[in-house]
Amino acid sequence: MTMHRGRVRWHCRRALLELDIVLTRFLERDFDQLSDAQLVDLQDLLNLEDHDLWAMVNGSTECSEARWMPFLGMFRESGRESTIDNKG
Amino acid sequence: MKVAKRSYDAVIVGAGGAGLRAALQLSEAGLKTAVLTKVFPTRSHTVAAQGGVAASLGNSTEDNWHWHMYDTVKGSDWLGDQDAIEFMCKKANEVVVELEHYGMPFDRLDNGKIYQRPFGGHSQNYGKTPVSRSCAAADRTGHAMLHALYQRNVRANTQFFVEWMALDLIRDADGDVVGVTAMEMETGEVSIFHAKATIFATGGAGRIYYSSTNAFINTGDGVGMAARAGVPLEDMEFWQFHPTGVAGAGVLITEGVRGEGGILRNSSGDRFMERYAPNLKDLASRDVVSRAMTTEINEGRGCGTDKDHVLLDITHLSPDTIMKRLPGIREISIQFAGIDPIKAPIPVVPTCHYQMGGIPTNYKGQVVAPKDGNASSPVAGFYAAGECACASVHGANRLGTNSLLDLLVFGKSAGETVVEDIKSGNLSLKALPEDAADLALARMARLENQTNGTDVHEVRLAMQRTMQKHAGVFRFSDLLKEGVTKIMEVAEQAKHTQIKDKSKVWNTARMEALELDNLIEVAKATMTSAEARKESRGAHVRDDAPDTAEFPNGRRDDEWLKHTLWYSEGNRLDYKPVNLQPMSEDVDPIALATRTY
Repeated sequence: MTMHRGRVRWHCRRALLELDIVLTRFLERDFDQLSDAQLVDLQDLLNLEDHDLWAMVNGSTECSEARWMPFLGMFRESGRESTIDNKG
Repeated sequence: MKVAKRSYDAVIVGAGGAGLRAALQLSEAGLKTAVLTKVFPTRSHTVAAQGGVAASLGNSTEDNWHWHMYDTVKGSDWLGDQDAIEFMCKKANEVVVELEHYGMPFDRLDNGKIYQRPFGGHSQNYGKTPVSRSCAAADRTGHAMLHALYQRNVRANTQFFVEWMALDLIRDADGDVVGVTAMEMETGEVSIFHAKATIFATGGAGRIYYSSTNAFINTGDGVGMAARAGVPLEDMEFWQFHPTGVAGAGVLITEGVRGEGGILRNSSGDRFMERYAPNLKDLASRDVVSRAMTTEINEGRGCGTDKDHVLLDITHLSPDTIMKRLPGIREISIQFAGIDPIKAPIPVVPTCHYQMGGIPTNYKGQVVAPKDGNASSPVAGFYAAGECACASVHGANRLGTNSLLDLLVFGKSAGETVVEDIKSGNLSLKALPEDAADLALARMARLENQTNGTDVHEVRLAMQRTMQKHAGVFRFSDLLKEGVTKIMEVAEQAKHTQIKDKSKVWNTARMEALELDNLIEVAKATMTSAEARKESRGAHVRDDAPDTAEFPNGRRDDEWLKHTLWYSEGNRLDYKPVNLQPMSEDVDPIALATRTY
């Protein structure tokens, strides 16, 4: 299954600013390097509700799928680097 | 260009709380209802609402809607319309109980009733003591509300068009609204949604500011579309700056933290709110707290190396209370401030949070505009609710927990009005004008063919910085004047945005350019309206309208007790009276008074 990159990119627009911030830097730095297979995994992760995704990013709940772990690592790194980054 | 057409009884733009509540009313009445949304409904920004929804249930402390109404009028600095405020406060218990019946998992008291907590600006006995009026589901109230409403809509067969972006309002030769144009993101194709009624519930436009608690989707799409279609925007100078955005990130720390006992402290550790609001202290109204914080920072009592923030202290609360009542706050603080609030206070600054103004409506959710000598004549076929609308219940300053109430009450009310108008035969499917899609297609074509244009990201950043500098928490006469010139220059650049990627499918660059068209309308309206209002009131505080004995808080009721109406065409202003008369004889008007806490 091939995901459209633009679609996945749009799904990085979230309801919570917390996620917008951590995803912004990720989109700039890491997104274009993802393989098609990674893109499918990312889309599955992005299908989570905002609060559930945020809970995994901030570590308050455990990641339920091993294939999502690398993304969460990238998000956390992006979040730490970001202060206000007004891409939205 | 051939444009596909779809016909509905009602089309709703936006699937946050207001849109879903309105849709539910329509679908359950058996009307053919379409909801357009650029993100999946449960990914709307309502999800972010943490604090709760106000209702005078009186479960924890004695309460009644009269006190709630008084607090809301006072909170609005008397700019709110008292008929709409009475309507909202009276309806609060009904819409909250209704939501409970839809399955909303409110926190409970031991006796099984809905748990209620105190919130800034809400009081007993007309401002005497804080009251517990906020009904919450932990700190996920908005999330729980949106899910309850979405599931109910699925049951009612509401038809969702997910990842569709509305482009422009369609008005006929009479000025009546007959639908919207919209683009399906997956294909880039434009369609016409032809409807008897069009309801805008698109949320706010907090992204016009550089520092904002709003998610990136909050681009004021409905407000921008209304402005382009010649509908005036009301009271756009009034923006709420939430006192507690995490310094450097903007992410919101809910007022509920102060409701649970959180204290604001300056660099000396002083609880400075005792000086600014001796009665309600840290729970005073948001604008009062934001200005107090800004004053502390401006006068050198800020914290940190740059003395640019204050501290929100909850270290005196038990870890159990923090974990149970405020779990999300702890994670936000750790991620964005690197601080565990159980151990150390959180660095916070006032941050743009909520748009008090918007598309003018009455309490029925009908969009109103001046026509033939009537300042509030309904625009046939057009309705709005939630943050994009201005009913006006928040006036110059909104109380926390009144936004979720606003979207429930006025979402439902707009839906009820549409049902009545259609069933009574007042609304029918009027013919589409020949040029129905022209405005939207012209905007798309302009973007397609633009050469030597401007960069969307750069123009948006210029807008955000201009708004932050020239129309922030405190406003200065000279900066506002300069701000109008600057924002008009930025608006000129926005007319010439260029995108490199011209692909049709999932083109996020195109979507961002189209969103900027909406944001810039809001920014122009805000700056122009703010420059013109030569008084201080609620969230709008100017250096040249200071607190004096003659005009306490700088408020000038003699000249400025009126609503601003801004028209995009000609960047023109008009005004209309504030309705100081409640809708029923159950209550006397809340007389003008100085707003102190």
